[in-house]
This record gives sequence, structure tokens and C-alpha cells, in this order.
Amino acid sequence: MTDLAERSANGTEGGSPVPATTRKDWSSDQEVRWCPGCGDYSILAAVQMLMPDLGVRRENTVFLSGIGCAARFPYYMNTYGMHSIHGRAPAIATGLATTRPDLDVWVVSGDGDALSIGGNHLIHALRRNVNITILVFNNQIYGLTKGQYSPTSEVAKVTKSTPFGSLEQPFNPLSLALGAEAGFVARTHDMDRKHMMETFRRANAHKGASFVEIYQNCNVFNDGAFEQITGKDHRTDMLIPLVHGEPIRFGPQGEHGVVMQRDGSVEVVEVVEVGESALLVHDEHRDNPGLAFQLSRLSRGPYEPTPIGVLRDVDRPEYGEGMAEQIETAVERRGVGDLHALLRSGSTWTVT
Amino acid sequence: MSDTTTDSKSPLLIDRVVIRFAGDSGDGMQLAGDRFTTTSALLGNDLATFPDFPAEIRAPAGTLAGVSAFQVHISDHAISTPGDSPNVLVAMNPAALRANIDALPKGATLIANVDAFDERSLTKAGYDSNPLGDGSLSAFTVYEVPMTSITTEVSRDAGVKPRDAERSKNFFALGLICWLYTRPIEATLQWIEERYASKPLVQEANKRAFKAGFHFGETAELFESSYEVRPASLAPGEYVNVTGNTAVAWGLIAASERSGLPLFLGTYPITPASDILHELSKHKQFGVRTFQAEDEISGIGAALGAAFGGALGVTTTSGPGVDLKSETLGLAISLELPLVLLDIQRGGPSTGLPTKTEQADLLHAMYGRHGEAPLPIVAARTPSHCFEAAIEAVRIAVKYRTPVILLSDGYLANGSEPWRIPDIDGLPLIDPGFASQPNHDEADGKRTFWPYVRDDETLARPWAPPGLAGLEHRIGGLEKADGSGNVSYDGANHERMTRLRAAKIAGIASDIPPTDVDDEDGAEVLVVGWGSTFGAISAGVQRVRARGHRVAHAHLVHLNPFPADLGHVLGRYPRVLVPEVNLGQLSRLIRAEFLVDAVSFTQVQGVPFRAAAMETAILEQIAVAGNGATSPSPGTTPIGAGAGTSTEGTG
Ligand code: SF4
Repeated sequence: MTDLAERSANGTEGGSPVPATTRKDWSSDQEVRWCPGCGDYSILAAVQMLMPDLGVRRENTVFLSGIGCAARFPYYMNTYGMHSIHGRAPAIATGLATTRPDLDVWVVSGDGDALSIGGNHLIHALRRNVNITILVFNNQIYGLTKGQYSPTSEVAKVTKSTPFGSLEQPFNPLSLALGAEAGFVARTHDMDRKHMMETFRRANAHKGASFVEIYQNCNVFNDGAFEQITGKDHRTDMLIPLVHGEPIRFGPQGEHGVVMQRDGSVEVVEVVEVGESALLVHDEHRDNPGLAFQLSRLSRGPYEPTPIGVLRDVDRPEYGEGMAEQIETAVERRGVGDLHALLRSGSTWTVT
Repeated sequence: MSDTTTDSKSPLLIDRVVIRFAGDSGDGMQLAGDRFTTTSALLGNDLATFPDFPAEIRAPAGTLAGVSAFQVHISDHAISTPGDSPNVLVAMNPAALRANIDALPKGATLIANVDAFDERSLTKAGYDSNPLGDGSLSAFTVYEVPMTSITTEVSRDAGVKPRDAERSKNFFALGLICWLYTRPIEATLQWIEERYASKPLVQEANKRAFKAGFHFGETAELFESSYEVRPASLAPGEYVNVTGNTAVAWGLIAASERSGLPLFLGTYPITPASDILHELSKHKQFGVRTFQAEDEISGIGAALGAAFGGALGVTTTSGPGVDLKSETLGLAISLELPLVLLDIQRGGPSTGLPTKTEQADLLHAMYGRHGEAPLPIVAARTPSHCFEAAIEAVRIAVKYRTPVILLSDGYLANGSEPWRIPDIDGLPLIDPGFASQPNHDEADGKRTFWPYVRDDETLARPWAPPGLAGLEHRIGGLEKADGSGNVSYDGANHERMTRLRAAKIAGIASDIPPTDVDDEDGAEVLVVGWGSTFGAISAGVQRVRARGHRVAHAHLVHLNPFPADLGHVLGRYPRVLVPEVNLGQLSRLIRAEFLVDAVSFTQVQGVPFRAAAMETAILEQIAVAGNGATSPSPGTTPIGAGAGTSTEGTG
């Protein structure tokens, strides 16, 4: 059996330490073609700047995508990559990641790609815990098809396809990911490169499926969707940074905080009114996703104080590893597959 | 069933027999048939089987809808079909009798479980009076055997509850038929012991029922004689009895071994393809990864992802699943990555007839994608041929970096036949030929990797799985610039790429064997078939020849592209007959491709053709050819009237 991982190790740089790279090494020669001012540029920059820090090889890195504005992402990374079909990237990534555990596999998607046409593939990739890092660029609109509402658009949204307003309850992407048993769930936004880089680093380090929602501004079809919370002047008041082991609080002086109610729901309070010790201490590693789920629903939309950072980071058995173990066990018990014996595994007889 | 020897003591020698076991879907008829088949295979008979069961797991008991049957044809000479009609019908209840009686020729033997012919069961089956008593079965030799009561009786003191003991009556029937056809019982007893080792009571009841059936034949003095079918003179070698689904699974493992590519199956359970998943999931020691996906789309998506990573990506499906995979097939055609889709065809459209066979996906395989999206098509023709066909599909996929559709069907999937186990070293070696270095000189003198630089001979592009520095590249579903593979919206480039993709597939014609014609000098009629009609056509051809006529038979394994000489072959015969279990799909392709006035002979009843129908259709064409007629005319049957020839298309 060809061991492709071995083949790569035997390649030009086999065995040697990972060479130092810069952002330039990770950028392809293709002209980036998003609309000027699109939030996708800053996400691309954050990823390209992060890669040299991760200690991985370009040739062992793969970016996969489906369809949509965000899905052009792989063309701009000087790694292996595939721009596939609408919504299917998590399925394609599952086949790649489980057969090639030596690779670092990223899936780049958008709210329509991941949550509408590809919803089924997304939830099952998360449930199985395939070792992939999924970045969902959420701009709450269909950009590439020029401005229809998306599964994350707010109720009553007026768009080209909903001139009288959308009637649909949007998905909460983090709640959905948590409901789908995701082991790593985080949120970041396109206005804060440092926060993006740190979140992506954590997501990539996590073994198994990681889900990152990125609030991304589509300045052409849904400009300013997140302005009320991610704008420079609003952040301190409107973004609630989640830090593991720390009480959850925000505001210029940390005057606002989050507490848990008797019924298990969470709520924003003034710290002076409840006292510091009443604040909820963030715990990413709780096995029970209940609290993370509550945090994911603390804000009803990007106009209320909204948590960002890692909501959940727990270890669960990784799917590809499980597959590999079953193969190892089978080989241990029965020896390496013997074709001659396989063809004789039924009742055989000989004609002379 | 023709007698050749008579002797009061020893069994009568016969050359072949067709037996059909029929009962409720919960009665274990498939198991009984399967065991009888294995026993006969071990005895050295040639054989062919035809399991026929309803889509419901447990349709209402005692109803016609719930009847499950297993037909097996055993012979002392080479045979190619499970037999047109049974010589012996085992009917476990009135519904089984009613559902199968029309298939029974005059003079055939009927063995009925008389215990089940009570008033309630008769009413359920739609009988006004008991056929066992009203003379309506006088054309047959009828044996009434109290199978249920003897089965319960023999287990009375074994501690088995009567209701549970009754379940063993399929083993009683099996035992009886084993006596009637002189099959040894040891192998089956051994099998029962192993199979039910964890359920001692069931094991005991089954053993007792089986022996009771066997002894009943011996002692009841109901039967005048038992019969014997001697071993067939098959080519020397080691044999195993295989179903199409098992053979195809083994073929994939063999292809994985012969290519060094780890096998990845991405699939979603669907009748009648699921057994391939079951079989492959057992053999992880070969490095096989089986992925039961969330849906059909994910199954093929994951297989394509595995192929991108350098594995042998395979997906299996049937019916509606084929439709769902079209989108990813298109992507695979655009990416030019190796991928194999196994379509185990069943009756359509939509959910159609999940457990019944049909060959109506050929045109879907050819054209069922948007855009100009050609791909190679390979079709298996017998259960054991599925092994070879799987290896051939993989060979083409890997060599030409293309998805390949392998067509099998429900009949091949579940039917079985003895297979001479091939010599492993004789199986083709498949070279993945991974790209290992940059292949393009940039203007500035730098060596880079271009993913769409083609091989001069095959027109295949390099396969460069991730892992090699310097070969990093991005591919996608957008049109690509010839060579560099960068996104290109240029019209002239699109035309060039479209023609290149088509030429690559068409060029495979020079890499496949010429048309395999079973010819006879002077034949004026050529029968052209594909897929599972092989058995029926071969049998029909033999019958026609036995009558002293000449006829030729070509059976296509490669349906896209066709063998390079097919046009020439077709031109040699004044008349071309194309039998298919669809409404005329290959015939359309042949007419369109070669302007040959092919006559279509079709049937879509969820069952294979009968040799007799084939014989008649061929004789009609021979008669027309003899008359020197140039345009087809005979036997045209209106759509919906069952098997018929039609000239379709030209009016
Ligand atoms: S349409 Fe919106 S999301 Fe798409 S590139 Fe333009 S600004 Fe960005």
C-alpha cells in the first residue's frame, strides 16, 4: 500500500525541520478578486499571517471550499486546495482528512454554503468530529448571487428576493454547531486581526472538528450588518470577550458582566448590582454543552452585547483516528490482508 | 428435467433442475435457497440463482405482496441463467403458491406445506376454495407435506416453544429438497451449528427440522424416487460461489492491492447496493476505509476528497442515489480525478422497484449531468464478472484521471454462480503514476507545477496528491485554463478544454479489447447485449443454434467509449437485435453512433429475460433476414404489453 504520508516525508524536504516562512510564502500568485472593502480581505490576511506561526508545511496544508464569495479563498493560498461545489466541502474534507491524517485540512465556507445548502454535511462533520478546521464567513446575505437573504439574515430583512421582508427565523450558527456536538466552537470578527489570528490558531490546534463563525462585512449587499457591535467605537461596550477561567465581563471598566439565572439561562448585568463574585466564570472545557449553548444565545443579534472568543473546547475521539485504529486492530488480529485468502473466504471446491 | 437413467434403488440421474423456494418474507426462503445453492456448488454443479423478494422487510404475512422466492438452477453442464421456469416449486403457504403458480409449466412438481392451507390463509391469498383439493392443480405432480406440524413435533421435547419451533420449517423444506436431489447434509448441519452457536435452542430446532425433512423424503414413501444431478465438467481449478455484490467488493480490494492505492468507500445505504458496503467493511485488514455518509451526496463527496488525497475513491449506489451523485460526478470530471461509481441498477423512476432488477440507467450514466460531461462506462455481465469489471473500472479511472461508472444491477448483485478463482499474479497491475516534480518552465526560468498539463498519449493530467513541496496547486469546478489550471472564463479556452475532456474519454477506445463476438460463419443476425442480459442471450443463442440456425452474439463490457471496432462488427450483419431490460437505451446509442438499423427487444418487469423469449425474438430476426427484408417489422409489441421487439426511433 502506498503510504502517501510517507511519500510526502520522503519528498524534497523530508525529515528536515519545517522551514521558516513569511506571509508571502503562503500567498498565491492569483489576483484577489473580492469587492474592494470586503471583509474577506482581512480574514485572508489574518490566515496568511498566521500560517508561518503554526509550524506546518505548505505542502501538507489544504484549503477546501464550496461556492460563494468566501469559497474563492483557496485560490489565494499557496497551498494545496480545492474550490468545490456548493455546500459539499465538509463532505469532501471528510474523505481527505480521514485518509490523510498527516494533512492540515481547512474548510472555508459562508453562511449560505455552510448553513443552507451544506447544512447536512456541516452538522455531520461536526458530529463525527473529523479533524478539520471550519471557518464560516457569516455576512448574513448571499453575496455571489447578488443580494438574496440567507439563513442567518434577520427576520423581516428586505432583499431582492424578499421585497416584503423575510419571514424566516435565522439560524444561530453557534447554537447549531453546539447542537451538532461540535467539540470546538468559537466566534470572531473581521475587524480584529489579532483576535481572528488567535481564534484560528486555537481552532487549528484542536484535534477534531473546529467551528469558527466570523462576522464578516459584505459592504456591497449588507454593509454595516455588524457595525453596532464590531465598530471601533462600540466594541468595548458591545463585545463580550470570553476568557477561560475568568469571570465574564466587559465594558470600558469591566462594569458589565454575565450571570447565570436560576433557570440556567444567562443574562447581562451591571457588576455593581450583583457583585463580582456572582459573575459567571467561563469554562471552555465543560463536557456539558449547556452553558456554551446559553452563551451562544445571550445576544439575539449583532445589535446586543455579543460574546466573542472560544465558547467550547473539549476533547472527543477524532473520527479518522478511530478509522485508522480499526484498521490497525484488524491487521493485528488477522495479519495484513491476503488477497489469496480473501478470494477463498467462502466455501470453495476444486475441479480436477 | 430429463430422465437419463432408471433404477429402482438408486436415484434417477437428471442433467439439470430448476427449483424455486417460495414463502412469506419472514419464512427464511432466501436462506433455504442459499444453503441449497452452496451445497450444490460444493458438489460441483454449475448453477445460477435468482433471489426475488419484496421491498418490505416484513410485508403482511400470508399476502401475495409478502411472498419471497429464491430460484436456483443446478446442472451437470454449463448453464448461464437461473432457468425460465421452475421444475419444482416449494410453496410454504397459499400466497406463495398463488404468486408462483403461473410460472410453473405443466407436469412440474409442487411441494406444498399443507399445514398452511387453512381457511384464513387461503382467504388472505385470495383463494375461494382450497387448490389442493379442488382439482385446479391437476396439471402438476402435487405433494402435500405437513411441514409445520412435523417441524413443531420434532422439537417438542427440545425445550423450544412451539411458536419458535415452527420458524424452523424452512430447514425442513431444505432437508426434504436435499433428500430429493441427493445432496449431502453434513455441510449444512455444520453450518447450522456455527451460525446459531450463540442460540442453542434455535440451533437444535433447525438441526432437527432439517434432518426431519431429509428423513421424511426417505421414509414417507410419497416420492417415487430421488434424483441426482452430477457435477458439471467445469474447467479445472478452485471454485467459489459468488454473488455480484461480493465479487465487486473483492474486485475493489484486488484493485486496491494491485494499484497500491488505499481503498476508501464513501456511501449511503441503499437497496440493492448495501451489501457491497457490508462486505468491504469486514475487510479492514486490507487498509479499507468504509464511510457510511449522511447522504448520497456526502458519500461521493468524501470519495472524491479521498481521491484528491491519493486514495482509491469509490462510491456505491442505486436508483435515486445515482441522481443525487450527478453534481459531484460533474466536479470529478472537471477536476479530472480518479473515482469509481458503482450503480447497482434497480427499477425506476424514483423509488420504483427497489428490490427488482432493471438496466435503465445507461442513458443516465451517459448523459445525466449538465454541460458536456463525458465519462467512461463499464458494465458487468454476470455475478462473477463483477470482479473483473471492478478492476477494469479502477484501471480506467486511475490511468485517465476520470470518474468511471460501473453498471451492475439487482439481478447480478444478488444472483450467484460458481467462479473459478483467478490467479492473483495474473490480475492487471495499475500504476497510480503520481506526479513527482514540477512540469512547467515559467518565463523567468522557474520550474513550477501546472496541474492541467496533459500526457501526450492518454491526455490525462498529472495526479498530485498533497504532500510534495513544489507541487502545491489549486483546482476547482470553475473552468480552468489549459495547462496552468488557473480559473479562466475565456470562450476559446473553454471550447478547447471541452474538446480535450471529450477526446480523453473517446481515446480510451484504443486501450480496451475489441468487441468480443461469439460468431458463427454465415450468421445474418447479431445479438448485441450489455450487462446482465448475458445469461439469457447466451441461452437463447444456444437454443437457436440447437435448432440448426446461425446467430452471433456480442456482449459489450465497455459502453463508453465503445470498442474501436464495434461499427465494423455491426456492419458485418444484415440484422442487429438489441435486447435490454429497459425501453431501448443501448439500441438508441448504437443507432445514433453507427446509423445501424438496430432492432430493440425490451422488457421491464423487474426480472431477467427468459431464454425462451430470447429464442423467439432471435428466430423472428432470422426469419426476417432469411426473407431478405431490410426493415425490421416482426413482433412489435406496444409499450406496456410486456416483452416485445420494436423498431423505436425512426417510426
Ligand atoms: S459581494 Fe459582499 S461578500 Fe462578496 S466579495 Fe463583494 S463585498 Fe465581499
